[in-house]
Amino acid sequence: MSPLVSFRNVSARIGRKDILHNLNVDVEAGETLVLLGRSGSGKTTALRMVNGLVLPSSGEVLVEGKPTAAWDLIRLRRRIGYVIQDSGLFPHFTVAANVGLVPRLEGRPPDDVRARVQSLLDQVGLPPEQFATRYPRELSGGQRQRVGVARALAADPPLLLLDEPFGALDPVTRVELQRQFLTLRHGLGKTAIFVTHDVREALLLGTRIGLLQDGRVVFLGGPAEFLQAQGEEVKAFLTCLDPRREF
Amino acid sequence: MSTGLARDILDLTLEHLFLVALSVTIAAVLAIPAGILITRRVPLQRWVLGFANVMQTVPSLALFGFLIPIPFLGGIGKHTAIVALVLYALLPILRNTLTGILGVDAAVRESAIAMGMTGQQLLREVEFPLAARTIVAGLRIATVTTIGTATIAAAIGAGGLGVFIFRGLASVDTTLLLAGAIPAALIALGADRGLEWVEHKLSPA
Repeated sequence: MSPLVSFRNVSARIGRKDILHNLNVDVEAGETLVLLGRSGSGKTTALRMVNGLVLPSSGEVLVEGKPTAAWDLIRLRRRIGYVIQDSGLFPHFTVAANVGLVPRLEGRPPDDVRARVQSLLDQVGLPPEQFATRYPRELSGGQRQRVGVARALAADPPLLLLDEPFGALDPVTRVELQRQFLTLRHGLGKTAIFVTHDVREALLLGTRIGLLQDGRVVFLGGPAEFLQAQGEEVKAFLTCLDPRREF
Repeated sequence: MSTGLARDILDLTLEHLFLVALSVTIAAVLAIPAGILITRRVPLQRWVLGFANVMQTVPSLALFGFLIPIPFLGGIGKHTAIVALVLYALLPILRNTLTGILGVDAAVRESAIAMGMTGQQLLREVEFPLAARTIVAGLRIATVTTIGTATIAAAIGAGGLGVFIFRGLASVDTTLLLAGAIPAALIALGADRGLEWVEHKLSPA
């Protein structure tokens, strides 16, 4: 089977700054690829190229075998769930309206949308009878991110893009959401690309880790390999696990 | 107060309201779409805002005067006054439309785009509702200033409460002055309160 997403010699340049250099990564259906890296390493840009928010300056990003430049971007984006750090929930929509947005835009009948919203809110641990009619400002940070995840899943997309979705949460809530993400992933069999600068999160959630440094992939492999890898940047990240120890 | 004067106050007040309502409506119909357009066409912002700014700086009496010799738009009477009042009302509506739409949280706009909204859906579902409060604030400023400026329109034969004011000035008659000024002030207060209420009814961002 061909990869769901494939970066082929992708470079990205925003303004006069080169963000990514000659990136070559395949994402297979069902895996969670974590893009790990420091701020400014290009991981978010790489993510944003998958749904065409950024187009390559050279090379191509293939989604389901077709370059993003050739996709109808509206169609492409409705097939991809997207979650970002500050949730980006619509402040003037209730939780139910936020979650039901894409199915509604897709013209699904209101009853279907309602049923879908209910089941999604249940899945992310927010009882619909309690949360459906609330507005985002009436939610805690963790609840907002749960709604963000439910919204990304609403159209049942094969692929999820997550950009530090749990980055702004307190450590306890973060772990709760990470565990829930694992449960959901096992249950739904989604493919995910997950951006983070947190090495623990990368090791916990990733079936594979791609480490980016200055726009280049300096490591690509499973979590077990990552723990054994020798590169400078890998060691720098492993040191975060236990700052007292030399890696 | 004679019944004649009371009748005149009522007639001129209605005329005044008509001038203001029509002018602000036309200004809104022009300025809201223009304001939305210039959020999409950044190079146009300078020109459109520049034009509206210049219009705002021309003293009102002079603007009425300038319009008189211009064919179609100008001349003596109501339509000239309406053209001038529209030109004045453009800037606050335009500026607030632009500010309101550009003020939408970047994360919210980005998720809307990333969820596959078309440009129109982005505008209709997200940007416009979130900017509505700011746009109404612009309408409120435009309406209140237009109510005041419209009194000067009587100078070019447009009618309205300015008729009393000019007559009162010419004949040094305070009663006539007040017969124009008090209703105008009351309309302005009422419009201000009314639109303030609408503003607060709209969902806060």
